[in-house]
Amino acid sequence: MKIKKTIIYFLLAVWALIVLFPFYWMVLSSIKSYASYAGEKIPKFFTTSPTLENYRSAFTAVPLARYFSNTLIFTLATTALMVIIIIFAAYAFARIDFKGRNLLFLGFLALMMIPNELVIITNFVTITDLGLRNSFTGLILPSVTSVFYIYLLKENFEQVPDELYYAAKVDGTSDLKYLFKVMVPICRPTIITVIILKVIECWNSYVWPRLITDDPAFYLVSNGIQELRENGLGRDNIPAMMAAVVAVSVPLIILFLIFRKKIMEGVSREGIKG
Amino acid sequence: MNVRMENITKVFPGRDRKSAGVTAVDNFSLELPDGKLVCLLGPSGCGKSTLLYMICGLETPTEGRIYFGDQDVTDIPSEKRGVGLVFQNYALYPHLTVKQIIKFPLENLKGDEKLSKEEMDKMALEAAKLVQIDGLMDRKPGQMSGGQQQRVAIARAIVKRPKVLLMDEPLSNLDARLRLHTREEIRRIQKETGITTIFVTHDQEEAMSISDLIVVMKDGVLHQMGKPQDVYDDPVNLFVAQFLGTPEINVFEGKVKDEGLYIGEDRVLEVRGVEDKDVFIGIRPEGFIVDDEGKLNCELKGINIMGRDITVLSSNGASKNVIRSIVSAETAIDSGSNKVRFNLKPHKTYIFDKDTEERIRFA
Amino acid sequence: MSKKTLSGVNGVATNISGWLYLLPALLFLIAFMVYPLIDVFIYSFEEGYNSASQTSFGTGGYNYAYILRDPYFLKTVKNTFILVIITVPISTGLALLISLGLNSIRALKRLFQTIFFLPYVTNTLAVGLVFMILFRKTPYTDGLVNMIIGKFGISPVDFIDGPYWAKMLVLSVYVIWIVMPFKILILTSALASVPDVYYQSARIDGTSSWRVFWRITLPMISPMIVYLIITGFIGAFKAYSDAVAIFGVDLNAAGMNTIVGYVYDMLYGDGGGYPSYASAAAIVLFAIVLTITVINLIVSRKATDIT
Ligand SMILES: Nc1ncnc2c1ncn2[C@@H]1O[C@H](COP(=O)(O)OP(=O)(O)OP(=O)(O)O)[C@@H](O)[C@H]1O
Ligand SMILES: [Mg+2]
Repeated sequence: MKIKKTIIYFLLAVWALIVLFPFYWMVLSSIKSYASYAGEKIPKFFTTSPTLENYRSAFTAVPLARYFSNTLIFTLATTALMVIIIIFAAYAFARIDFKGRNLLFLGFLALMMIPNELVIITNFVTITDLGLRNSFTGLILPSVTSVFYIYLLKENFEQVPDELYYAAKVDGTSDLKYLFKVMVPICRPTIITVIILKVIECWNSYVWPRLITDDPAFYLVSNGIQELRENGLGRDNIPAMMAAVVAVSVPLIILFLIFRKKIMEGVSREGIKG
Repeated sequence: MNVRMENITKVFPGRDRKSAGVTAVDNFSLELPDGKLVCLLGPSGCGKSTLLYMICGLETPTEGRIYFGDQDVTDIPSEKRGVGLVFQNYALYPHLTVKQIIKFPLENLKGDEKLSKEEMDKMALEAAKLVQIDGLMDRKPGQMSGGQQQRVAIARAIVKRPKVLLMDEPLSNLDARLRLHTREEIRRIQKETGITTIFVTHDQEEAMSISDLIVVMKDGVLHQMGKPQDVYDDPVNLFVAQFLGTPEINVFEGKVKDEGLYIGEDRVLEVRGVEDKDVFIGIRPEGFIVDDEGKLNCELKGINIMGRDITVLSSNGASKNVIRSIVSAETAIDSGSNKVRFNLKPHKTYIFDKDTEERIRFA
Repeated sequence: MSKKTLSGVNGVATNISGWLYLLPALLFLIAFMVYPLIDVFIYSFEEGYNSASQTSFGTGGYNYAYILRDPYFLKTVKNTFILVIITVPISTGLALLISLGLNSIRALKRLFQTIFFLPYVTNTLAVGLVFMILFRKTPYTDGLVNMIIGKFGISPVDFIDGPYWAKMLVLSVYVIWIVMPFKILILTSALASVPDVYYQSARIDGTSSWRVFWRITLPMISPMIVYLIITGFIGAFKAYSDAVAIFGVDLNAAGMNTIVGYVYDMLYGDGGGYPSYASAAAIVLFAIVLTITVINLIVSRKATDIT
């Protein structure tokens, strides 16, 4: 029994090491000076003279700050728009009895199966034709709705007892006010989960921004990193590159550590839907 | 404000075009006087909630009109009718505090009616005091007992001084003692505010004990309305007679022949002015007098002595159920015998047409 | 059951307001999902469509014939299939092992769960760079991985610019590293939701833990495993940014391109401007994915019928 437990812990620890090691390595490399890094014929697992110099060069040699603020704008705008749109849509499906509702909802569910890769081609053409390449509008528009999140929120809205709606009517509330003063606050946990998941998705998005922007003024962090690697800091300034990588990774890791429970719950809900 | 309903019918459409709709309320007309507490009474599914929802505007009648005083409110949306509603399960907003919940209806007032913050706070506190929850203003619904939540629901319903207060089985979630206590409270609050109140219940005892008037309905149809005691003493049909009273009224099959009422072979009562026919006979438990010479012969099944009363259980071929009669504790009954004989009190004995189940009056 | 809808309040108005609330979502979905979905089929059958002049010479299967003869496309199909065949079974099996381990411990369980989930919230491109550096061999240094395998007497390999199988290995390792968090999470919650009574009654019957696993645990969580295998296939078939992260944007030069990469290359970039070829390739990809999913479903149905 004892032995079995020890083996289990050992194996879990091995996997934890594999997961954590790349993070350790990027932080470690980012605080080695360029000279000492380049001089290491055999990589060292620690450094005796840590430096923040690489962070300075990462932010000055390429417009990393710019990529950050672009990503922030993109993430906030996309998430905010999406949340409003899905709240309205989920409310309509959950609470309003209009003609064609069930059929329409079925259609929505069917859209959940459509992979992004299939529609991205036309979207690329559409956005290009509209002259929206290299603009935030072009970046944001295609991702401000999510059928899955509408579905998730609709399920949650439906759990709010009907009586509350009736009570609000008798209390003299309009539909819109009921939605934002009663439904939304009650379903706040789900909405927060959706927001966090969307933020993660936006922060990491790469393919669409890559297709739609070629002006570095509109690059997001993923594209920035890619750019950096191809022709940014010179192929071999690894420490500065790693400083950029750390800077890009840290915000999400902090977000994750704060909302660990919500994120993991939300993601496992995504699994349950299947 | 008196409330008047004229020929109200509500049909819920069926699931699809083929299946028939449900008629929840059927050609219902009624006038409720101002300032009274009226109980709407009927078995589960008879359309009480539907009727209530139509009065407060959450459902629209398929046919008929509803008036508050002289005003036709049928097409006025709920939020403009000036009604308060207490829900069966309270329907308190779970994310708000008691204070916020009570203020919620006030915050929705618009235009001339708009209130200042201070006025709202004052009115909310008044309403809370009336139902004695002013000490719990900062709690959320989840942190309160059923009885307390119930009172918050009442405070919310009365805070904007509604013209009509509607309550849909507000006591059904409470335990027996709290029920008893709360219904007295509701009575007190209604008297203090003088708001016309409609109270839905399927508990006839609750209805009898607090209301000025009771309205008995079944399958969406109005059967009888009147003062509780009047309806109890003078039911218009078999359903009303059976629905009111605990223990339930005893029902026999019998017939009228030569102005005499027969149960089996026993001619139990003289009924003048009634023609010969088959009838149902309803006898209230307190309508029996034990008498060795009594006209109704029954098999004695048991005796329960309960303080001042004795319940005599007996059976008779004309009654499907055990007959319960309640007699005073002084009555001498030979428990060793297997027979018991009763005489009947004429004013506690009702006869009903066997087909229509309508009451047949006799002198 | 007798769910009350709000039609009673005002029939016509609720009809209109229902659609009004949905309007924004509908507009976006139609513009960016429904229309593109139809359009991609049209594109794929338009011969020689040119996005600059917006003209084509006709309709037919030409685009499909073209890509199916294109050696670059065939190479991406081969790469993608190899990647799928390596990563799906390994990641699913490994995730199952780890979840079983997690489920049988108490102390440090949450810590482990948190750590194991970390790759899910990292930027694929950013962490890919780290993997690249760990595996890379340059004139100055053999890199960390080579240093480690050197200890076992294996001579250094350039995993990034070297032999095909070395590159495939790195890519597979990275893909597995990336997909593990989701699988572990789903399997741990599936395992946790197996009611304790089953284990208790098995213990009372004196069942060995091996048998408990095969006869109780596995059948109970098999729907989730099937789900993970199917989504794993779909995900791996769509691999792209992982490859870019490690080998850079010019995947054809590295010989590591994937089908999705081919789609994007046809659409945009140096060889781009051919939405018709891109569409045909995308549709071929989804025909493959759909077929594999259906086969998966049939096989798993059969398998559960037998047990
Ligand atoms: N939205 C609806 N759609 C279809 N039928 C309905 C709807 N609402 C109520 N009904 C039906 O109308 C009838 C009356 O229902 P109602 O809720 O008014 O009964 P109730 O007297 O309040 O019963 P209870 O005492 O159980 O609350 C029932 O047969 C019910 O099934
Ligand atoms: Mg009801």
